[in-house]
Amino acid sequence: MKWSVLTLVGADQSGIVAAVTEVLYRQGCSLAQASMMRLGANFAIMLRVSHEDGKDFRKILNSTCDDLSLHLHIDEDVAADVPGIDPDVQVTVYGADRSGIVAQVTSVLALAGLNIVDLETDVGGNKEKPIYIMTLEGVAKKGIEPLQKALETLDSDIEVNLDEITTLRG
Amino acid sequence: MDILIYPDQRLKQLSESVEDIDKEILSFIEELEQMRLAGPGAVGIAAPQVNMFKRVVIVDVSKMRKPVDNHGHMIMINPEITSWEGMEMGREGCLSIPDFTGNVIRAEKIKLHYTDETGKSHEIESTGFEARAIQHEMDHLDGLLFLDRLVSRRSDLFKRKNFKK
Repeated sequence: MKWSVLTLVGADQSGIVAAVTEVLYRQGCSLAQASMMRLGANFAIMLRVSHEDGKDFRKILNSTCDDLSLHLHIDEDVAADVPGIDPDVQVTVYGADRSGIVAQVTSVLALAGLNIVDLETDVGGNKEKPIYIMTLEGVAKKGIEPLQKALETLDSDIEVNLDEITTLRG
Repeated sequence: MDILIYPDQRLKQLSESVEDIDKEILSFIEELEQMRLAGPGAVGIAAPQVNMFKRVVIVDVSKMRKPVDNHGHMIMINPEITSWEGMEMGREGCLSIPDFTGNVIRAEKIKLHYTDETGKSHEIESTGFEARAIQHEMDHLDGLLFLDRLVSRRSDLFKRKNFKK
């Protein structure tokens, strides 16, 4: 069994998910984790796929990508199925939109030992005064305190909230 | 005794009330507690998770790394929630669903009554993480898993503290 990561991006239209996954299913591929979302006017698909040896994804998805004008990126032979990582901290950031928010926040968090496992951002508010919103989850490799201290060093024009995620097991 | 792992359909089964707290049920409760302690960081366990369809759950959130309000170690026989208040999102995992966690909305505060292993009746009010654990375990008695209550990871109702400014 081999694992690959496929990334497909193209102008959003209905039927992209169905068309791509149908082809993969018919070729005997199994989908594991997937993340798909609309990014502006585009639609982006990231998929971890397991399959028997020798799958030529470019050939398999060629006509689907042509029909739907999708760009395909393939990462072959990625690591086999690995246990999931449970994030233990969540950070939310928002403020008037300006450049550099993601870079500044994630840089101080990385230095303070955060391994990001999930991140999303969006621009909201009105067109004249847009706001930027980011939420991320990660694993605090050095504990929560260094992260809190790191976030305190950020510019005061953004609101930053940090919350521990305590996962219940029962 | 083994933990049933979903998609084992027995986990979707309804459990029956305990009529008599006899030797058999007491010895079962001891074994159930051993299974909970063997689970990685499990704060609770319900009888149906080990293939016993009786209304028994164990909850103990008193040993959390970050302390939370709690009533200590509770063996709850025939527990019944009588009131629910507020709601809060939290991350849950389950001994019967390895390697997956998800967001679930639960009541923030509950009132319930149950009988303990000595036959004594209790009426308690539980909040926060303990209330979540009780609701999670009691769901098992009705054949419900946290998968039945999943909400998107992208939804965001976390209560946060703002530590800046």
